[in-house]
Amino acid sequence: MDLQTLSFLVVGATFVLYIGIAIWAKAGSTSEFYVAGKGVNPILNGMATAADWMSAASFISMAGLIAFLGFTGGAYLMGWTGGYVLMALLLAPYLRKFGKFTVPEFIGDRFYSKTARIVAVISLLVISITYVIGQMRGVGIAFSNILEMDLTVGLVSGMVVVFIYAVFGGMKGITYTQIAQYVIMIFAYTVPAVFISLTLTGHAFPQIGLGSTLVGEDTQLLQALDQTLMDLGFAAYTSITGMSLMNMFLLTLALMIGTAGLPHVIIRFFTVPRVRDARKSAGFALVFIGILYTTAPAVGAMAMYNFINTVQPGPVGEPQGNVVIDERPDWMVRWEQTGLLEFEDKNEDDRLQYYNDQNEEFAEMAREDYGWEGNEFTKIDRDIMVLANPQIAGLPNWVIALVAAGGIAAALSTAAGLLLAISSSISHDLMKGVITPGISERAELLSGRIAMAAAILLAGYLGLNPPGFAAEVVALAFGLAAASLFPVLMMGIFVKKMNREGAIAGMLVGLGATLLYIFLFKGWFFLPGTNMFPDTAEYWLFGINPTGFGVIGAILNFIAAFLVMKVTKAPPEHIQHLVEDVRVPRVGTS
Amino acid sequence: MTLEESRAAYWKANLRLLAILLTIWFVVSFGFGILLSQPLNAFSLGGYPLGFWFAQQGSIYTFIVLIFVYAWRMNVLDRKFDVHED
Repeated sequence: MDLQTLSFLVVGATFVLYIGIAIWAKAGSTSEFYVAGKGVNPILNGMATAADWMSAASFISMAGLIAFLGFTGGAYLMGWTGGYVLMALLLAPYLRKFGKFTVPEFIGDRFYSKTARIVAVISLLVISITYVIGQMRGVGIAFSNILEMDLTVGLVSGMVVVFIYAVFGGMKGITYTQIAQYVIMIFAYTVPAVFISLTLTGHAFPQIGLGSTLVGEDTQLLQALDQTLMDLGFAAYTSITGMSLMNMFLLTLALMIGTAGLPHVIIRFFTVPRVRDARKSAGFALVFIGILYTTAPAVGAMAMYNFINTVQPGPVGEPQGNVVIDERPDWMVRWEQTGLLEFEDKNEDDRLQYYNDQNEEFAEMAREDYGWEGNEFTKIDRDIMVLANPQIAGLPNWVIALVAAGGIAAALSTAAGLLLAISSSISHDLMKGVITPGISERAELLSGRIAMAAAILLAGYLGLNPPGFAAEVVALAFGLAAASLFPVLMMGIFVKKMNREGAIAGMLVGLGATLLYIFLFKGWFFLPGTNMFPDTAEYWLFGINPTGFGVIGAILNFIAAFLVMKVTKAPPEHIQHLVEDVRVPRVGTS
Repeated sequence: MTLEESRAAYWKANLRLLAILLTIWFVVSFGFGILLSQPLNAFSLGGYPLGFWFAQQGSIYTFIVLIFVYAWRMNVLDRKFDVHED
């Protein structure tokens, strides 16, 4: 069977599975629609949380990002997992104890203010909508680049499937599809990784393989990779490259705080029966996430090693050392067709050279001694480090089809979680909470479904007509989550005297300062050419990258909140009691 | 102990646990994985330079253990201060 037909069958089968789950898990009440009736098993919720959390970026892009960054790529690994420690220890159990449906609802009740609730809804919408654009792009990549199918057809069919299970099933439908999506995703990610690890190091576990010697040699894989990169004028893989230690520190912290403040992940912990289940569930979520996140650095490093050794099979500098263009492997030819890989034979030797021509000293030496006229790979999309993996490892076509299904599962599961956060904040926080408080449960459920349908259409539109800034904005969503939601949620639980005025001031200052800093370097509302300063290190305030600025925004949020709290009235008595009740799993005596 | 004192003691014990766990969280990731990574790279774990291992593997394993230890210790505290569920 050819790849096209096989892919069609595999992806089609997963879609049928998702729809089957949707029919089985139809939501009948608002509680089922918003929080799956609070009846999800904590281990299964951990799995659903892992799928909710691991987006197209985690699945398709992260390993490639690490492959080209090396050591400092650890910022993404630590940032996107360490945030769970904050969420599990500082937020999830208490918000579950509070026992309501949405994140803005907690902020509105705790700070006894509709204004606070509306500001929280705005933060949530800004964060979730920018994030959902990235997921739609991920669905597009899976369909057009892996399956070589028409982007529009792929995106529309993905939307129809999400529509069916999210609109009818709500959180209940989303939960059980996310569990299925996790299984598909993790299988698709680890199978190629295991084979590549076995081929290179003889170890089945990529986590061990990355720290082992190469098959039939005494050299460690990482040492060999360091050496090869240095021979080609790059910095060693395990050294500090790509960003300074300070920006690595800030980026890690911003990603951690941002992760902990993402509403679509927090609401997953509202679906378990008890507070103790929320704690346990967070642990299992990180186990399931950790399986992919500890595999990813191995995938990145091994793909880089394979790539370089494909281009440079012989000694560096010898005329016979590089691969002959006509003999390059099939996977290169295939990815050239998708435009993710491009080369140009600059020195016309009919062979390919990949090296660091930005390193002037090395480039000069290579020109004189080797006759190299520049790096001949004019484009290497980082995503191919994952996408081309099955072919590099020589795996059969069904694995390639599986990787496509995995990428789509990663994108759809995250998109569905985001869409639920968006629609519940509209129907529950805006409609029921502010605009039409007298609305019946049935009418609220209907408005939730309409909001979900509208959000899907919006996401689909943005997926088909992606704004130019799509890729960058996803990273910035974390900065905004860190600067706006995390601090007020934490203060709402840990600072009993924090009041309405402090919370609103904190959110506005955090969100405002972070948006301002981002707009100064990326352009007002991301319009190209409207940035006030070039987006380079010498113009950044204290050398802080806009993607790492969320940490500063969060600190400003805390400072503003405490300053305003000092000069305004303490929260009323019943609010202080509410905080005391949130802090214990069970109120009253047994 | 009155109910209020018991609540206060429970909260204090909780904060103490958080302080310990978050210190480990910080030291392992920001300390071993970033700030001290270069000196730690002088040591190795199998084929991994140690600082590199913390940044790309070790900190994640530590995070998982921290959450389970938290869940376990909090369940113990819940019972001790009689605020456990069911």
